[in-house]
Amino acid sequence: MCKDCGCTIAPHTHEHSHSHSHEEHPNPQLNDPKTIEVITKILDVNDTQAAHNREHFEKHGALAVNLMSSPGSGKTTLLEATIDHGGIKLGVIEGDLETNQDADRIKAKGAVAHQITTGQACHLDAHMVHDGLHHMPIDGLDVVFVENVGNLVCPASYDVGTHLNVVLLSVPEGDDKPAKYPVMFRAADVLLITKCDLLPYFDFDVEKAIKETRKLNPKVDVIEIDSKSGQGIDKWVSYLQMKKALR
Amino acid sequence: MHEFSIVQDLLYMCEKNAKDNSATKVTKVEVKIGKLSGVEPHLLQIAFDTFKEKTICDGAEFCIHHQDLVVRCTMCGKETILEKNTFACPHCDGAVEVLDGEDMYLMKLEME
Ligand SMILES: Nc1nc2c(ncn2[C@@H]2O[C@H](COP(=O)(O)OP(=O)(O)OP(=O)(O)O)[C@@H](O)[C@H]2O)c(=O)[nH]1
Ligand SMILES: [Mg+2]
Ligand SMILES: [Zn+2]
Ligand SMILES: [Zn+2]
Repeated sequence: MCKDCGCTIAPHTHEHSHSHSHEEHPNPQLNDPKTIEVITKILDVNDTQAAHNREHFEKHGALAVNLMSSPGSGKTTLLEATIDHGGIKLGVIEGDLETNQDADRIKAKGAVAHQITTGQACHLDAHMVHDGLHHMPIDGLDVVFVENVGNLVCPASYDVGTHLNVVLLSVPEGDDKPAKYPVMFRAADVLLITKCDLLPYFDFDVEKAIKETRKLNPKVDVIEIDSKSGQGIDKWVSYLQMKKALR
Repeated sequence: MHEFSIVQDLLYMCEKNAKDNSATKVTKVEVKIGKLSGVEPHLLQIAFDTFKEKTICDGAEFCIHHQDLVVRCTMCGKETILEKNTFACPHCDGAVEVLDGEDMYLMKLEME
Protein backbone atom coordinates (compact mmCIF):
# COMPACT_ATOMS: atom_id res chain seq x y z
CA MET A 1 0.00 0.00 0.00
CA CYS A 2 1.35 3.31 -1.05
CA LYS A 3 1.10 5.70 1.92
CA ASP A 4 1.61 8.84 -0.02
CA CYS A 5 -1.27 8.39 -2.39
CA GLY A 6 -3.32 5.60 -0.86
CA CYS A 7 -2.74 3.47 -3.89
CA THR A 8 -2.81 -0.29 -3.65
CA ILE A 9 -0.14 -1.08 -6.18
CA ALA A 10 2.44 -2.98 -4.20
CA PRO A 11 5.81 -3.55 -5.82
CA HIS A 12 5.97 -6.66 -7.94
CA THR A 13 2.84 -8.37 -6.74
CA HIS A 14 1.62 -8.42 -10.31
CA GLU A 15 -1.94 -8.29 -9.10
CA HIS A 16 -2.92 -5.52 -11.40
CA SER A 17 -2.66 -7.35 -14.65
CA HIS A 18 -5.48 -6.12 -16.79
CA SER A 19 -5.71 -9.07 -19.10
CA HIS A 20 -8.99 -9.24 -20.84
CA SER A 21 -9.86 -12.83 -21.24
CA HIS A 22 -12.81 -13.19 -23.53
CA GLU A 23 -14.27 -15.89 -21.31
CA GLU A 24 -16.92 -14.21 -19.23
CA HIS A 25 -17.95 -17.28 -17.26
CA PRO A 26 -15.09 -19.62 -16.45
CA ASN A 27 -16.08 -23.22 -16.44
CA PRO A 28 -15.37 -24.73 -13.01
CA GLN A 29 -15.03 -28.28 -14.34
CA LEU A 30 -12.67 -27.57 -17.11
CA ASN A 31 -11.44 -30.86 -18.50
CA ASP A 32 -11.08 -30.19 -22.17
CA PRO A 33 -8.25 -28.17 -23.50
CA LYS A 34 -9.31 -24.74 -24.56
CA THR A 35 -7.75 -21.75 -26.18
CA ILE A 36 -8.35 -18.20 -25.04
CA GLU A 37 -7.43 -15.00 -26.81
CA VAL A 38 -5.66 -12.70 -24.42
CA ILE A 39 -4.02 -9.91 -26.42
CA THR A 40 -2.37 -8.02 -23.57
CA LYS A 41 0.92 -6.17 -23.61
CA ILE A 42 3.48 -8.28 -21.79
CA LEU A 43 4.61 -5.15 -19.94
CA ASP A 44 1.03 -4.27 -18.99
CA VAL A 45 1.75 -4.45 -15.26
CA ASN A 46 4.74 -2.16 -15.66
CA ASP A 47 2.76 0.27 -17.80
CA THR A 48 -0.01 0.46 -15.20
CA GLN A 49 2.54 1.25 -12.52
CA ALA A 50 4.18 3.82 -14.82
CA ALA A 51 0.87 5.63 -15.26
CA HIS A 52 0.54 5.69 -11.50
CA ASN A 53 4.04 7.15 -11.11
CA ARG A 54 3.12 9.91 -13.54
CA GLU A 55 0.16 10.77 -11.33
CA HIS A 56 2.58 11.11 -8.42
CA PHE A 57 4.76 13.53 -10.35
CA GLU A 58 1.77 15.49 -11.52
CA LYS A 59 0.34 15.77 -8.04
CA HIS A 60 3.60 17.31 -6.91
CA GLY A 61 3.82 19.52 -9.97
CA ALA A 62 7.17 18.07 -10.97
CA LEU A 63 8.47 17.39 -14.45
CA ALA A 64 9.95 13.88 -14.55
CA VAL A 65 12.86 13.07 -16.85
CA ASN A 66 14.32 9.66 -17.68
CA LEU A 67 18.05 9.92 -18.47
CA MET A 68 19.34 7.00 -20.53
CA SER A 69 22.69 6.20 -22.17
CA SER A 70 25.58 3.76 -22.28
CA PRO A 71 27.63 3.47 -19.10
CA GLY A 72 29.80 6.54 -18.64
CA SER A 73 28.23 8.86 -21.23
CA GLY A 74 28.11 11.60 -18.64
CA LYS A 75 24.64 11.37 -17.04
CA THR A 76 25.76 12.13 -13.48
CA THR A 77 28.24 14.79 -14.62
CA LEU A 78 25.43 16.48 -16.56
CA LEU A 79 23.26 16.49 -13.43
CA GLU A 80 26.12 18.00 -11.42
CA ALA A 81 26.56 20.71 -14.03
CA THR A 82 22.80 21.32 -14.03
CA ILE A 83 22.80 21.82 -10.26
CA ASP A 84 25.81 24.15 -10.51
CA HIS A 85 24.09 26.21 -13.18
CA GLY A 86 21.12 26.89 -10.90
CA GLY A 87 17.62 27.88 -11.91
CA ILE A 88 16.05 24.46 -11.33
CA LYS A 89 15.23 22.70 -8.07
CA LEU A 90 15.92 19.10 -8.86
CA GLY A 91 16.01 15.68 -7.25
CA VAL A 92 17.44 12.46 -8.63
CA ILE A 93 16.49 8.81 -8.43
CA GLU A 94 19.70 6.99 -9.28
CA GLY A 95 19.77 3.51 -10.77
CA ASP A 96 22.94 1.43 -10.77
CA LEU A 97 23.74 -2.25 -10.46
CA GLU A 98 25.93 -1.55 -7.44
CA THR A 99 27.16 1.31 -5.19
CA ASN A 100 25.65 4.57 -3.91
CA GLN A 101 28.33 6.66 -5.59
CA ASP A 102 26.11 8.49 -8.04
CA ALA A 103 23.52 9.45 -5.39
CA ASP A 104 26.38 10.61 -3.15
CA ARG A 105 27.72 12.82 -5.95
CA ILE A 106 24.29 14.47 -6.30
CA LYS A 107 23.90 14.93 -2.54
CA ALA A 108 27.37 16.44 -2.35
CA LYS A 109 26.08 19.15 -4.69
CA GLY A 110 23.24 19.86 -2.28
CA ALA A 111 20.34 18.23 -4.13
CA VAL A 112 18.14 15.37 -2.90
CA ALA A 113 18.83 11.91 -4.29
CA HIS A 114 17.90 8.31 -3.68
CA GLN A 115 19.96 5.39 -4.91
CA ILE A 116 18.34 2.23 -6.24
CA THR A 117 20.74 -0.66 -6.62
CA THR A 118 19.28 -3.16 -9.03
CA GLY A 119 21.76 -6.01 -8.40
CA GLN A 120 21.40 -7.99 -11.60
CA ALA A 121 18.73 -6.00 -13.41
CA CYS A 122 20.14 -3.98 -16.26
CA HIS A 123 17.30 -1.44 -16.31
CA LEU A 124 14.93 0.37 -13.98
CA ASP A 125 11.26 -0.54 -14.13
CA ALA A 126 8.24 1.44 -12.96
CA HIS A 127 8.03 -0.48 -9.67
CA MET A 128 11.59 0.35 -8.68
CA VAL A 129 11.04 4.02 -9.47
CA HIS A 130 7.83 4.02 -7.45
CA ASP A 131 9.76 2.61 -4.53
CA GLY A 132 12.36 5.33 -4.98
CA LEU A 133 9.65 8.00 -5.00
CA HIS A 134 8.65 7.03 -1.50
CA HIS A 135 12.19 7.39 -0.26
CA MET A 136 12.68 10.92 -1.48
CA PRO A 137 10.81 14.13 -0.71
CA ILE A 138 9.67 15.50 -4.05
CA ASP A 139 7.47 18.32 -2.83
CA GLY A 140 8.69 21.64 -4.14
CA LEU A 141 10.96 20.15 -6.78
CA ASP A 142 10.77 21.46 -10.35
CA VAL A 143 12.29 18.41 -11.98
CA VAL A 144 12.76 14.82 -10.81
CA PHE A 145 15.41 12.98 -12.80
CA VAL A 146 15.57 9.24 -13.07
CA GLU A 147 19.15 8.33 -13.97
CA ASN A 148 18.68 4.92 -15.52
CA VAL A 149 21.21 2.09 -15.46
CA GLY A 150 23.91 2.68 -18.07
CA ASN A 151 22.74 0.48 -20.94
CA LEU A 152 21.62 1.32 -24.48
CA VAL A 153 19.29 -1.67 -24.79
CA CYS A 154 17.04 -2.71 -21.92
CA PRO A 155 15.92 0.62 -20.39
CA ALA A 156 14.30 1.55 -23.71
CA SER A 157 11.61 -1.10 -23.23
CA TYR A 158 10.40 0.20 -19.87
CA ASP A 159 8.14 3.16 -19.27
CA VAL A 160 9.11 4.29 -15.76
CA GLY A 161 6.41 6.95 -15.56
CA THR A 162 8.46 9.97 -16.56
CA HIS A 163 7.34 12.68 -19.00
CA LEU A 164 10.45 12.94 -21.12
CA ASN A 165 13.06 10.51 -22.37
CA VAL A 166 16.48 12.09 -22.66
CA VAL A 167 19.17 9.99 -24.34
CA LEU A 168 22.86 10.91 -24.08
CA LEU A 169 25.39 10.02 -26.75
CA SER A 170 28.95 10.93 -25.84
CA VAL A 171 31.52 11.79 -28.47
CA PRO A 172 33.94 8.92 -27.64
CA GLU A 173 31.18 6.36 -28.27
CA GLY A 174 31.03 7.16 -31.98
CA ASP A 175 28.39 8.57 -34.32
CA ASP A 176 27.24 5.10 -35.42
CA LYS A 177 25.38 4.33 -32.19
CA PRO A 178 21.92 5.62 -33.21
CA ALA A 179 21.81 3.22 -36.17
CA LYS A 180 23.06 0.34 -34.00
CA TYR A 181 20.65 0.90 -31.13
CA PRO A 182 17.46 1.97 -32.92
CA VAL A 183 15.01 1.21 -30.13
CA MET A 184 16.78 3.49 -27.66
CA PHE A 185 17.30 6.40 -30.04
CA ARG A 186 13.72 6.10 -31.27
CA ALA A 187 12.50 6.44 -27.70
CA ALA A 188 14.29 9.78 -27.21
CA ASP A 189 12.41 13.05 -26.94
CA VAL A 190 15.74 14.83 -26.68
CA LEU A 191 19.19 13.71 -27.80
CA LEU A 192 22.11 15.19 -25.88
CA ILE A 193 25.46 14.91 -27.61
CA THR A 194 27.80 15.01 -24.64
CA LYS A 195 31.54 15.51 -24.09
CA CYS A 196 31.64 17.90 -27.06
CA ASP A 197 34.95 19.22 -25.70
CA LEU A 198 36.42 15.98 -27.07
CA LEU A 199 35.30 16.56 -30.68
CA PRO A 200 38.81 17.61 -31.80
CA TYR A 201 40.17 14.22 -30.71
CA PHE A 202 37.58 11.84 -32.18
CA ASP A 203 36.16 11.15 -35.65
CA PHE A 204 32.68 12.01 -34.49
CA ASP A 205 30.50 13.64 -37.11
CA VAL A 206 27.82 15.61 -35.24
CA GLU A 207 25.74 16.16 -38.39
CA LYS A 208 25.77 12.45 -39.15
CA ALA A 209 24.76 11.50 -35.62
CA ILE A 210 21.82 13.89 -35.80
CA LYS A 211 20.83 12.73 -39.29
CA GLU A 212 20.89 9.06 -38.27
CA THR A 213 18.84 9.76 -35.16
CA ARG A 214 16.26 11.73 -37.12
CA LYS A 215 15.87 8.88 -39.61
CA LEU A 216 14.63 6.83 -36.69
CA ASN A 217 12.97 9.61 -34.85
CA PRO A 218 12.16 12.63 -37.05
CA LYS A 219 10.89 14.83 -34.21
CA VAL A 220 13.80 14.48 -31.79
CA ASP A 221 15.34 17.67 -30.35
CA VAL A 222 19.12 17.89 -30.08
CA ILE A 223 21.42 19.77 -27.71
CA GLU A 224 25.21 19.66 -27.87
CA ILE A 225 26.79 19.71 -24.44
CA ASP A 226 30.15 19.89 -22.73
CA SER A 227 29.52 19.46 -19.02
CA LYS A 228 33.12 20.34 -18.15
CA SER A 229 33.08 23.90 -19.54
CA GLY A 230 29.30 24.28 -19.29
CA GLN A 231 28.76 24.72 -23.04
CA GLY A 232 25.13 23.93 -23.87
CA ILE A 233 24.04 23.79 -20.22
CA ASP A 234 22.21 27.12 -20.60
CA LYS A 235 20.16 25.73 -23.46
CA TRP A 236 19.50 22.51 -21.54
CA VAL A 237 18.31 24.36 -18.45
CA SER A 238 16.08 26.66 -20.54
CA TYR A 239 14.61 23.61 -22.21
CA LEU A 240 13.80 22.00 -18.85
CA GLN A 241 12.33 25.23 -17.51
CA MET A 242 10.12 25.54 -20.57
CA LYS A 243 8.91 21.93 -20.24
CA LYS A 244 8.31 22.38 -16.53
CA ALA A 245 6.30 25.55 -17.19
CA LEU A 246 4.06 23.63 -19.58
CA ARG A 247 3.18 20.96 -17.02
CA MET B 1 19.43 -8.90 -21.22
CA HIS B 2 16.00 -7.98 -19.90
CA GLU B 3 14.44 -11.01 -21.58
CA PHE B 4 14.47 -12.76 -18.20
CA SER B 5 12.46 -9.95 -16.59
CA ILE B 6 10.02 -10.01 -19.50
CA VAL B 7 9.49 -13.74 -19.13
CA GLN B 8 8.71 -13.35 -15.43
CA ASP B 9 5.98 -10.84 -16.28
CA LEU B 10 4.71 -13.20 -18.95
CA LEU B 11 4.58 -16.16 -16.55
CA TYR B 12 2.59 -14.12 -14.01
CA MET B 13 0.17 -13.23 -16.75
CA CYS B 14 -0.22 -16.89 -17.72
CA GLU B 15 -0.84 -17.89 -14.08
CA LYS B 16 -3.48 -15.23 -13.73
CA ASN B 17 -5.31 -16.17 -16.91
CA ALA B 18 -5.17 -19.86 -16.03
CA LYS B 19 -6.62 -19.13 -12.61
CA ASP B 20 -9.39 -16.96 -14.04
CA ASN B 21 -10.29 -19.87 -16.30
CA SER B 22 -9.96 -22.57 -13.63
CA ALA B 23 -7.25 -24.27 -15.63
CA THR B 24 -4.45 -26.24 -13.99
CA LYS B 25 -2.05 -26.35 -16.85
CA VAL B 26 -1.02 -24.12 -19.72
CA THR B 27 -0.01 -26.13 -22.77
CA LYS B 28 0.77 -23.42 -25.30
CA VAL B 29 1.71 -19.75 -25.07
CA GLU B 30 1.58 -17.54 -28.15
CA VAL B 31 3.27 -14.16 -28.14
CA LYS B 32 3.82 -11.46 -30.71
CA ILE B 33 7.20 -9.73 -30.60
CA GLY B 34 7.71 -6.54 -32.54
CA LYS B 35 10.85 -6.16 -34.61
CA LEU B 36 11.57 -2.92 -32.73
CA SER B 37 10.34 -4.01 -29.30
CA GLY B 38 13.89 -4.18 -27.98
CA VAL B 39 13.59 -7.88 -27.27
CA GLU B 40 15.60 -10.63 -28.91
CA PRO B 41 13.18 -13.51 -29.72
CA HIS B 42 15.92 -16.13 -29.47
CA LEU B 43 16.85 -14.98 -25.95
CA LEU B 44 13.19 -14.82 -25.01
CA GLN B 45 12.79 -18.46 -26.04
CA ILE B 46 15.75 -19.48 -23.88
CA ALA B 47 14.45 -17.46 -20.96
CA PHE B 48 10.98 -19.00 -21.27
CA ASP B 49 12.33 -22.54 -21.41
CA THR B 50 14.48 -21.84 -18.35
CA PHE B 51 11.81 -20.26 -16.17
CA LYS B 52 8.71 -22.23 -17.14
CA GLU B 53 9.77 -25.27 -15.10
CA LYS B 54 7.69 -25.74 -11.96
CA THR B 55 5.23 -23.05 -13.04
CA ILE B 56 1.82 -23.51 -14.58
CA CYS B 57 3.59 -23.33 -17.94
CA ASP B 58 5.84 -26.32 -17.27
CA GLY B 59 6.03 -28.24 -20.52
CA ALA B 60 4.17 -25.58 -22.46
CA GLU B 61 4.99 -24.92 -26.07
CA PHE B 62 6.17 -21.35 -26.72
CA CYS B 63 5.22 -19.84 -30.03
CA ILE B 64 6.72 -16.52 -31.12
CA HIS B 65 5.22 -14.49 -33.94
CA HIS B 66 7.71 -12.01 -35.33
CA GLN B 67 5.94 -8.78 -36.07
CA ASP B 68 7.31 -6.53 -38.81
CA LEU B 69 7.16 -2.78 -38.52
CA VAL B 70 3.89 -1.66 -40.04
CA VAL B 71 3.40 2.07 -40.59
CA ARG B 72 0.76 4.29 -42.12
CA CYS B 73 1.67 7.46 -43.96
CA THR B 74 0.01 10.60 -42.61
CA MET B 75 0.26 12.21 -46.06
CA CYS B 76 -0.76 9.60 -48.67
CA GLY B 77 -2.39 7.16 -46.27
CA LYS B 78 -0.61 4.06 -47.58
CA GLU B 79 0.25 1.24 -45.20
CA THR B 80 3.75 -0.17 -45.58
CA ILE B 81 6.07 -2.65 -43.92
CA LEU B 82 9.31 -0.80 -43.19
CA GLU B 83 12.34 -2.85 -44.15
CA LYS B 84 14.88 -0.31 -42.94
CA ASN B 85 14.64 1.75 -39.77
CA THR B 86 13.96 4.94 -41.68
CA PHE B 87 10.68 6.33 -40.42
CA ALA B 88 9.38 8.01 -43.54
CA CYS B 89 6.91 6.87 -46.17
CA PRO B 90 8.72 4.93 -48.95
CA HIS B 91 6.16 6.27 -51.45
CA CYS B 92 6.05 9.99 -50.72
CA ASP B 93 8.56 10.57 -47.89
CA GLY B 94 5.71 11.74 -45.63
CA ALA B 95 5.68 11.32 -41.88
CA VAL B 96 4.46 7.93 -40.70
CA GLU B 97 2.68 6.58 -37.66
CA VAL B 98 3.55 3.13 -36.38
CA LEU B 99 0.68 0.63 -36.41
CA ASP B 100 2.57 -2.43 -35.19
CA GLY B 101 6.04 -3.79 -34.50
CA GLU B 102 7.16 -1.85 -31.43
CA ASP B 103 5.50 -3.85 -28.67
CA MET B 104 5.31 -7.30 -27.13
CA TYR B 105 1.96 -8.98 -26.70
CA LEU B 106 0.66 -12.13 -25.12
CA MET B 107 -1.82 -13.26 -27.77
CA LYS B 108 -3.25 -16.68 -26.99
CA LEU B 109 -3.14 -19.35 -24.32
CA GLU B 110 -4.01 -23.01 -24.61
CA MET B 111 -4.88 -24.56 -21.28
CA GLU B 112 -6.51 -27.55 -19.71
N1 LIG C 1 35.82 15.47 -21.27
C1 LIG C 1 34.61 15.28 -20.72
N2 LIG C 1 34.44 14.28 -19.86
C2 LIG C 1 33.23 14.10 -19.31
C3 LIG C 1 32.13 14.95 -19.63
N3 LIG C 1 31.04 14.53 -18.95
C4 LIG C 1 31.45 13.45 -18.23
N4 LIG C 1 32.77 13.20 -18.43
C5 LIG C 1 33.57 12.14 -17.80
O1 LIG C 1 33.07 10.87 -18.20
C6 LIG C 1 33.18 9.93 -17.13
C7 LIG C 1 31.83 9.32 -16.83
O2 LIG C 1 30.93 10.31 -16.41
P1 LIG C 1 29.63 10.03 -15.53
O3 LIG C 1 28.91 11.32 -15.41
O4 LIG C 1 29.97 9.31 -14.30
O5 LIG C 1 28.84 9.06 -16.52
P2 LIG C 1 27.47 8.30 -16.24
O6 LIG C 1 26.74 8.29 -17.53
O7 LIG C 1 26.78 8.89 -15.09
O8 LIG C 1 27.98 6.83 -15.89
P3 LIG C 1 27.14 5.59 -15.29
O9 LIG C 1 26.18 6.15 -14.28
O10 LIG C 1 28.17 4.72 -14.68
O11 LIG C 1 26.47 4.96 -16.45
C8 LIG C 1 33.74 10.71 -15.94
O12 LIG C 1 35.11 10.48 -15.87
C9 LIG C 1 33.44 12.15 -16.30
O13 LIG C 1 34.36 13.05 -15.73
C10 LIG C 1 32.35 16.01 -20.56
O14 LIG C 1 31.45 16.81 -20.90
N5 LIG C 1 33.61 16.13 -21.07
MG1 LIG D 1 26.01 7.95 -13.37
ZN1 LIG E 1 19.11 -6.07 -20.07
ZN1 LIG F 1 3.10 8.49 -48.19
